[in-house]
Amino acid sequence: MANLKEVRLRIASVNSTQQITKAMKMVSAAKLKRATDAVVQMRPYANKLKDILANLTASLEGNESEFTVQRELKNVLVVVVTSNRGLAGAFNANSIKTANALINENYADLKKSGNVHIIAIGKKAQDYFTKNKYNVIGNNNDVFNSLSFNTSVKISSEIMDGFVAGKWDKVEVVYNQFKNAAMQILTTEQLLPVQATVSATAVKSNVDYLLEPSQEEIVNGLIPTSIKIQLYKALLDSHASEHGARMTAMDKATENAGDLLRALRLSYNQARQASITNEILEIVSGANALSAS
Amino acid sequence: MLLEILTPDKKVYAGEVTSVSVPGTSGSFEVLNNHAPIISTLEKGSLKFKAKEGNQEMNISGGVIEVLADKVVVLVESLL
Repeated sequence: MANLKEVRLRIASVNSTQQITKAMKMVSAAKLKRATDAVVQMRPYANKLKDILANLTASLEGNESEFTVQRELKNVLVVVVTSNRGLAGAFNANSIKTANALINENYADLKKSGNVHIIAIGKKAQDYFTKNKYNVIGNNNDVFNSLSFNTSVKISSEIMDGFVAGKWDKVEVVYNQFKNAAMQILTTEQLLPVQATVSATAVKSNVDYLLEPSQEEIVNGLIPTSIKIQLYKALLDSHASEHGARMTAMDKATENAGDLLRALRLSYNQARQASITNEILEIVSGANALSAS
Repeated sequence: MLLEILTPDKKVYAGEVTSVSVPGTSGSFEVLNNHAPIISTLEKGSLKFKAKEGNQEMNISGGVIEVLADKVVVLVESLL
């Protein structure tokens, strides 16, 4: 039979753990709201930009810009998006696992020759890839502290500059796409070179736009913006996913703590009753012994 | 006509205006009611528009403008 005091201590500790997980869940729920709002705020811009680009590229053939050139694959850059903090279920582990699988399956040769570069966004990926001796470029641990378009532009500019300068010939992004609070879709997207966007909606528009300065120049001016938007979207999605994942994980943890508490209370009460019964037995037998003599 | 100014972070302005002037790449120009459809990239400069509440001015870091059927959409990378 469990010791009364031991059980009481365990109940107290599980109780305080439950309070922490409950609070974390609440905080994540509030942050999730803000993160999804940011995704929603960005959408009109992204959609409009996509429309305009699709409209223009549909009638533009054989356009080669510095961001669309396909080069021989000598160096590859993998951008891995995770979070700064843990306790979000398998959120970070999944992202890192997918990036690893991507590198080992598609770029095993490049990995051997040390030509796989990593930009880690979020502390978890930074720690993992630094520890495993990858070529990790820069440090982007503070991105999620104040996530805005401008902070993400710094990273996307670095990526684009490196691509133009020939430091890498292909850029892929691994991140958790946000579906809903309980579901994240692990996504691998090719950021560079830009793949031709064949859009079904592009055909419907036959408006004769005046184009200034020229169609090609507009397209070439907009491609960098669309790359920046693509990365920004990945960051926002990942941020929302993080809080979604943490919320579900903490909800589960709170529930489990509740189950544990129930079991502990039961065994506490059993131990208490057993000790009372024991005491009564001792008193009664003591009294019996007295009256018998 | 309807004007929308969008940045990736938020919708900066949406409302009825009578004129918009923007710093286009090949020279700044003004959009009035019933302007022909146009797409133009924008340079760093100031964007001005006349609304019922009065005139407003914003400094932008470049972007793109689309005018279609009395609806003006300005995509701005960031406000300065």
